[in-house]
Amino acid sequence: MFVELNNLLNTTPDRAEQGKLTLLCDAKTDGSFLVHHFLSFYLKGMGRIDAGVNLTVARERGQLVFLEGLKSAVDVFFQTQEEPHPLQFLREANAGNLKPLFEFVREALKPVDGGEARWTYPVLLVDDLSVLLSLGVGAVAVLDFIHYCRATVCWELKGNMVILVHDSGDVEDEENDILLNGVSHQSHLILRAEGLATGFCRDVHGQLRILWRRPSQPTAQRDQSLTYQYKIQDKSVSFFAKGMSPAVL
Amino acid sequence: MLDSLLSLGGLVLLRDSVEWEGRSLLKALVKKSALCGEQVHILGCEVSEEEFREGFDSDINNRLVYHDFFRDPLNWSKTEEALPGGPLGALRAICKRTDPGPVTIALDSLSWLLLHLPCTTLCQALHAVSHQDSCPGDSSPVGKVSVLGLLHEELHGPGPVGALSSLAQTEVTLGGTKGQASAHILCRRPRQRPTDQTQWFSILPDFSLDLQEGPSVESQPCSDPHIPPVDPTTHLTFNLHLSKKEREARDSLILPFQFSSEKQQALLRPRPGQATSHIFYEPDAYDDLDQEDPDDDLDI
Repeated sequence: MFVELNNLLNTTPDRAEQGKLTLLCDAKTDGSFLVHHFLSFYLKGMGRIDAGVNLTVARERGQLVFLEGLKSAVDVFFQTQEEPHPLQFLREANAGNLKPLFEFVREALKPVDGGEARWTYPVLLVDDLSVLLSLGVGAVAVLDFIHYCRATVCWELKGNMVILVHDSGDVEDEENDILLNGVSHQSHLILRAEGLATGFCRDVHGQLRILWRRPSQPTAQRDQSLTYQYKIQDKSVSFFAKGMSPAVL
Repeated sequence: MLDSLLSLGGLVLLRDSVEWEGRSLLKALVKKSALCGEQVHILGCEVSEEEFREGFDSDINNRLVYHDFFRDPLNWSKTEEALPGGPLGALRAICKRTDPGPVTIALDSLSWLLLHLPCTTLCQALHAVSHQDSCPGDSSPVGKVSVLGLLHEELHGPGPVGALSSLAQTEVTLGGTKGQASAHILCRRPRQRPTDQTQWFSILPDFSLDLQEGPSVESQPCSDPHIPPVDPTTHLTFNLHLSKKEREARDSLILPFQFSSEKQQALLRPRPGQATSHIFYEPDAYDDLDQEDPDDDLDI
């Protein structure tokens, strides 16, 4: 979790808003540092992990549920399954919809009967959505899957969603454009990491654009978009205003 | 003009983008309709009923009828709760009403419908709905129908957008600059030239429309008068300035291709001591030297 990013977003793990969809998008750079931030942000918010964030411990406690997409994809072809498999669409010639995948997600998010609740509110993190497109699912089917996840996670269970979508920048990739724009319109917050237009730089790794959408109350003066540049270090990321990198000043 | 959009009736297209969202304006127009005493129906496909109703006070909410296509639009839960006929069925049902008063239908969103239904089916349904009040020979007078459609521009190609645009009586395209939102309004009245206008606006927390003049002057970035502008030519490792002597030498230099009288005289009068030029030619073995002038037989 990067404290500087929390400051920019004006949030902390213990008072994060609920029922929100955050879109992480990367163009010409690797946005996975944003995924790591949100993963540790929400695990910290669960309040049960004392020293740092230990993913293995979280998994054992049932607070973290992984769907290992790659492993499951192979299972679909080599094992017979009675009940519908989450990645059933891979076997079907016309990948109609992602209903089995949604049902897997829904099952995973059900609170355990008896015992203490696993979490205060659930968080669904999708890394990354563009893979579904490359597996042959149509953009509208993926948008429908996200719609149903949002209805369940954000509205019904008052949880949050974080989705990573790559922006290939390829003008001919219409499906990815529809997916990216469709999820953007459903999002409350968009974090877009871009490589610098002028190329690679040792001291400035990229630019982060923060766009707030769909506020519950419209504000008279909409200060809804901010742009910062960043540098990724060993254990943290530092953010600064454009042109104000410490290396340049 | 933004506040009288619904007076014309017919289809009003609200074109928004990721940067400039249009749901706030949609809600502001819905509120206006409700305050005018109209019946307001919302076909909600993108946000939950709670989220749509948030920010409206109770007497507005009492006039809104929300048709929920958010929770289970594709009937994945296979319960009987699904509304029969889908969103288009609901749209047709609203129009079969017997109540003669004016009605406003808000489609949230038209993009969702366009992604899930064939474009032709959707266009036919919209045409039927928005032209309902112009049906002659009907015994019961039906009130004015206004349809507000929220369209996310980036999701569709020019064909479907063009088709919807041709059906619309009014098109509002959202944009803005520096935190100030604007609406470009294109209005097509029957038998009149289309008019267009840009209106700056903001939406207040209670979803009332606040029309404005334009981006305020103070919000434009201006340099702070207390900080002197930085001269970029100081502290350079190379010289950008000329000394007085260098400047004089540069000014007195004659350009090589400028033909002045001095140059003409210099060319005409060879300088003393200058040898005349010679051409030295060593003929090869294959050369055939003919001393005759080949142009002798020309009669010029």
